[in-house]
Amino acid sequence: MAERGFQISRLPGFATVAIGAFVLLYLPILTLVVYSFNASNSVAVWGGFSLHWYADAWANEDVKAATVRSLVIGVSAAFLSTILATLAALGTTRRRAFKGQTLIYVVINQPLMVPEIVTAVALMIFFGIIKVATGYQGLGYLIAAHTAFCLPFAYLPIRARLESMDLALETAAADLYASPWQTFRRVTLPLLAPGIMAGAMLAFVISLDDVVITEFVKSGGQDTLPTYMLGQLRRSFTPEVNAISTMLLAVTVVLLTAFFLLTRKKD
Amino acid sequence: MSPAEENAIKTSARNGWLLSLPALVMLAFAATGPLLIVVWYSFLTANDTGNVIHQFSTEGWVGILFTYDIFEDGWVLADAHLTIFWRSVWLSLVTTALTFAIGFPTAWFIATRPAKERALWLFLITIPFWTNLLIRTFAINEVIRNEGLLNTLLIWAGVIEVPLQINYTETAVLIGMTYVYLPLMVLPLYATIERFDMRLLEASYDLYASRWRTLRRVILPIVKPGIIAGSILVFVPSLGAYVTPRILGGGKNMMIGNFIELQFLQGKNWPLGAALSVTLLIIVTAALLVYVKVANRDRGAGHG
Repeated sequence: MAERGFQISRLPGFATVAIGAFVLLYLPILTLVVYSFNASNSVAVWGGFSLHWYADAWANEDVKAATVRSLVIGVSAAFLSTILATLAALGTTRRRAFKGQTLIYVVINQPLMVPEIVTAVALMIFFGIIKVATGYQGLGYLIAAHTAFCLPFAYLPIRARLESMDLALETAAADLYASPWQTFRRVTLPLLAPGIMAGAMLAFVISLDDVVITEFVKSGGQDTLPTYMLGQLRRSFTPEVNAISTMLLAVTVVLLTAFFLLTRKKD
Repeated sequence: MSPAEENAIKTSARNGWLLSLPALVMLAFAATGPLLIVVWYSFLTANDTGNVIHQFSTEGWVGILFTYDIFEDGWVLADAHLTIFWRSVWLSLVTTALTFAIGFPTAWFIATRPAKERALWLFLITIPFWTNLLIRTFAINEVIRNEGLLNTLLIWAGVIEVPLQINYTETAVLIGMTYVYLPLMVLPLYATIERFDMRLLEASYDLYASRWRTLRRVILPIVKPGIIAGSILVFVPSLGAYVTPRILGGGKNMMIGNFIELQFLQGKNWPLGAALSVTLLIIVTAALLVYVKVANRDRGAGHG
């Protein structure tokens, strides 16, 4: 329809602004990545290609500890939130609408709506009380907090997958005398697997990226990579932070690409 | 309805609740429940060494707008607080306007690409969307700081001799927030423009409307739900922004989020911090309710 001489949908200047927007979106990120390979000590001058800052970051015990902590929290939170989200998605889809269903949606999606700083402060107070009462100072608080705010991110792709799934296969399994558990284990779960994987990846990315809630909930010496980076900024800006950012960025891009391949609709 | 059917519906609803229960418990423990404690703390008495004294007081709430003047021996309007609120609202509004000015042409551009290309352009928008906010703030910082890309280029080109001081100003916060929240504007706009019937443009041009008139009288009214969705999605996190103003604004250009942190970590006025948090929560909830209402009304009108 649009392939005629006069391009009806073209609006003057729009393409220019759009291309400009894409350049503006990527230019700062590219700058950051390029500077992370800068041999020069100064962050402004280009002194040739070097992996110097990566080596520095790698040799830094604080960075290593923060990386391990980020991974432990991210994997635990992604694992837990995906299980909880899968159950909730099974509970809230493909059945007759029931009383309170909207309430369940609102509660599950609540972390998307409440400003992070408010949740951060709330958890700082609440977990502070528990820390004093129980004496437990471990990573459990961070894992619980991350599991909660990752839940909607795990829930949405799983629910989307469930809603697009054909009920006929499960009905067929039941017709062939499969028990409900067998049907779930052999039919529903394998069909749902891409949605679950996608949900887990998003949850992991979200956990890995969190700064604000972690900053308020962590006890002393529990820095994750993002809070470590924020702390570094308070002192002086070093290209080491650029190197860490680039590595985090690479992880995010790889996981997102996998996510899109998993959820891509087959045409 | 037969009793058997009724029973089946009941069982189904019960199973729905049971399956959702673990997630709800988790959220009640580590997200929703603690919000109630914040409301409770906003009515307690501040303890100068941090935390609170468990004694009822409304000073946290009064403290949002007023401050105790020891010379006057009374409460006076807190100018510093008003400046922070005004800055937060103003910067969030301008951020919303800027993301719209850039985001609308971008969304239109993506939606009018050939179907095969669209997925790629969208992917290019979603990558920054999912990228760590902290990293994106660092990235924009690399561009605008005194020894950054922009100043280096401008000095090299001979346009300026002394670096422009952008960092640690309100402009820096504005640039930063526009940069980090732009994808939140583009995605909902794209979703509505994609469904836009391009034949309406033909009709409009056939009736001798200019491009500008067509944009104003045909396109904008139809994509209004997307504009509202995008605006709320940008305005809400802007208002509660913490990381971006902290890094780019320095200590002087605080927004509500930083002001809340100050009350808990340095100011040692937890009730005030709690009252501010509840206020922010109320504003955000109100904005979201307006959005839901408008979205529902527009959906209802669409059936006509």
